Amino acid sequence: MNLFLVLEQTLNGLQLGVMLFLMAAGLTLVFGIMNLVNLAHGSLYMVGAYLATYFYQATGSYPLGVLLGLAGTLVVGIAVELVALRTLYERPHLDQVLATFGLILFFNELMAILWGRAAIYTTLPDYLSGHVELFAGLRYPLYRLVIIAVGLAVAGLLWFVVARTRLGMLIRAGASNRAMVAALGVNVRLLYTLVFGFGAALAGLAGLMSGPIHVVQPGMGELILIEVFVVIVIGGIGSIRGALAGALIVGMADTLGRAFVRPMLATVISTTAADAAGPALASMLIYLLMAIVLALKPQGLFPARS
Amino acid sequence: MSSRTRAIVLAAGLVLLAAVPPVAALANQPFYLDLVRRVMIFAIAALSLNLILGYGGMISFGHAAYLGVGAYAVGVLAHYGINNGFLQWALAIGASALVALAIGAVSIRTSGVYFIMITLAFTQMLYYLGISIEEYGGDDGMRLAVKSQFPGLIDLNDATAFYYLVLAILVLCLFLGQRLVDSRFGMVIRAAKSNEVRTRSIGFSPYPYRLAAFVIAGGVCGLAGALLVNHTAYLTPEFMNWTRSGELMFMVILGGMASIAGPVLGAFALLLVEDALSGWTQHWQLILGPLLVLSVLFLRRGLVGLLFGKNE
Amino acid sequence: MNRTLLEVRGLTKSFGALLASDDINLDIREGETHAIIGPNGAGKTTLISQLAGNLLPDRGRVRFAGEDITALSAPARARRGFARSFQITSVYPDFTALENVMLAVQAHSGSSFRFWRSAREEAGLRSPASAILEEVGLSGRCDVLAANLAHGEQRALEVATALATRPRLLLLDEPVAGMGAEETQRMIALLASLKGGKTLILVEHDMDAVFSLADRISVLVYGRIIATGAPEEIRANPEVRRAYLGEEVAA
Repeated sequence: MNLFLVLEQTLNGLQLGVMLFLMAAGLTLVFGIMNLVNLAHGSLYMVGAYLATYFYQATGSYPLGVLLGLAGTLVVGIAVELVALRTLYERPHLDQVLATFGLILFFNELMAILWGRAAIYTTLPDYLSGHVELFAGLRYPLYRLVIIAVGLAVAGLLWFVVARTRLGMLIRAGASNRAMVAALGVNVRLLYTLVFGFGAALAGLAGLMSGPIHVVQPGMGELILIEVFVVIVIGGIGSIRGALAGALIVGMADTLGRAFVRPMLATVISTTAADAAGPALASMLIYLLMAIVLALKPQGLFPARS
Repeated sequence: MSSRTRAIVLAAGLVLLAAVPPVAALANQPFYLDLVRRVMIFAIAALSLNLILGYGGMISFGHAAYLGVGAYAVGVLAHYGINNGFLQWALAIGASALVALAIGAVSIRTSGVYFIMITLAFTQMLYYLGISIEEYGGDDGMRLAVKSQFPGLIDLNDATAFYYLVLAILVLCLFLGQRLVDSRFGMVIRAAKSNEVRTRSIGFSPYPYRLAAFVIAGGVCGLAGALLVNHTAYLTPEFMNWTRSGELMFMVILGGMASIAGPVLGAFALLLVEDALSGWTQHWQLILGPLLVLSVLFLRRGLVGLLFGKNE
Repeated sequence: MNRTLLEVRGLTKSFGALLASDDINLDIREGETHAIIGPNGAGKTTLISQLAGNLLPDRGRVRFAGEDITALSAPARARRGFARSFQITSVYPDFTALENVMLAVQAHSGSSFRFWRSAREEAGLRSPASAILEEVGLSGRCDVLAANLAHGEQRALEVATALATRPRLLLLDEPVAGMGAEETQRMIALLASLKGGKTLILVEHDMDAVFSLADRISVLVYGRIIATGAPEEIRANPEVRRAYLGEEVAA
């Protein structure tokens, strides 16, 4: 265990955190403004990954693949909103959970039909693969740095939109008092569709960025979705700030945990025991963290509504 | 629908279920005995969820965890050579109840969306735990080489005897469940769902009652897990897969909440539809998904409401 | 019976920029019927909610029979003898009228961690509940689902539920709102029959009810108590007339 490894894993944690943030921001916005629990958010992540991969292979151009993938996810997201989700806004959460659960099954199978059940390994163009020397011999994958940069840029953009624009004001107002926004004569339907589309785009972006690092396969959305839930519970529902804080905490804890729990355990107990218990404990780490946060602050760290 | 009609329908249903083994034997289709037995096991699990979801209004998206805990309790003991059914099943129920106590104690302090997310997260945690323990098969799982032993009483390898045992447990759960929801305890749970503020104002703090219901539901689901692992003779962390939790919820909703026997109907509906669809095409989820969405949008009172008119 | 049962000191509550309760002081005497009146938006329901434990004040103290209950939850206060009815009807819509009241009786008659016996058939719950329903004039509607009751009947059910807990202190938030003339008279008569035995804090707009029932009246305007006293004093108080009765007295 050396300094380089720690630094490398910290950067990995930051990268995971940034991706979790992209997902969490969309989900928390949609919940905060439309009071909609959307389990199919993970499906949009998956769609983004698949579409970007497909378009990259079809056009041979990575930027075009990204652009078309994003656009495609946006279209799918808005289509889903118009067709299936509009009727759910006024329904109880249970109905929303079950209906979006049905959507998950549908989308997973759709991807399997279109592109098969096997995991797909996406490649990166040459100018994005390779490593960058950060300092004093620490080499880090360029692509992961790009992800971090993009994620932070989006976080900055989101902050700007929410804190400094009229749309952002509507979003903040809607998050703390939905009825008022409608009473003020705002075109609520349009606002909802915009917000949902935005959230879908964020999910799609996270998906397409993750493709080259993890694999692309049906069901990939749900695995990250549950981590996103942990992020939102820790950070507090309805707040972007909470999403960022929660995402960074969870990203760091998960990555560093997986890397270091077993070696750290091995210093106090036998190696074989550490080999058995380490991975188990590491995989449980973020959930235990969530339980602790809940015990102390049941509404999360930065809830939108107090 | 009057309670008399309901009693008759219920009795008829039970008679039908009891008739499956001899009919299956006559028609030389043992597959159906297997199928219905599996459905009944899930019906027991769905029944337990109905207590907290249907009657308690607690949207627990993590109920499949207890199927897993119960199954692993049996499987792990068998792995170490302990095959006594009483011991295994007692541990299945006890361990599930304990896990429910731990998860419930933290989760029930929250409500609404938080509760949904948290129960889902904790189940996923157990799932990952199951995957990471190599000793018990990791994500491949492990076989149950020897079924739970009840020497002198029943041999679970006898498919028909096992079937009637499951049926008997189902009937027992239906009976006990009905008594439970009509008892003082059940009334508080239902009141807390119906109007929580009112319930607090008359002097009930919902938390301890909800926690108790959560534990009871967990324990019963653990028993279903023990039955399930004996049925499949194999156990994997997939028992705790969160999509399984979703299926259980659908069984409760489809059947119609606020009725004890509703989940039984729901289990049959969902699993038989799944079975039929999967026989037809390997892409059955493509059809099931939208079907489920439509059922949520249009079947407001579940199948019980649809078939038998107004609930209660 | 002039002992102070409920003592409120400096109760303050803000919702963002809105000061809903502004340094409220009250002394409710045991056995009295104390009405709280004021224009719409004065913060009457907010006050009741804080007294009942449904809302936590930002500052201030509440003492009940000498005990500081400021931090106590609503169920804890209910167990000490508080009962509350709500301005916006809050019954159990999917239970019958009888079951509604039985639940309130159940909350104060022993443990509810009983899993076997049917609560619906418990005579110890049915009899008191039936008796109370009769008192409020709902005995013919025992087995009707609360959701199917007329509005006035639901209001009566609210009061019945509050009474069923055998409280020492009743907090009634507009009990006769939306009731017809006959129902209102019946309710006033019922509340009058409680005088002396129970302590009532009554929020009301209906001036007939207020002036016929109240021993003392407090006037709440913009979160502040501007006057407390016997009905005649309040009627004559110029500040009160200006703030409130001046618009209402014609109604």
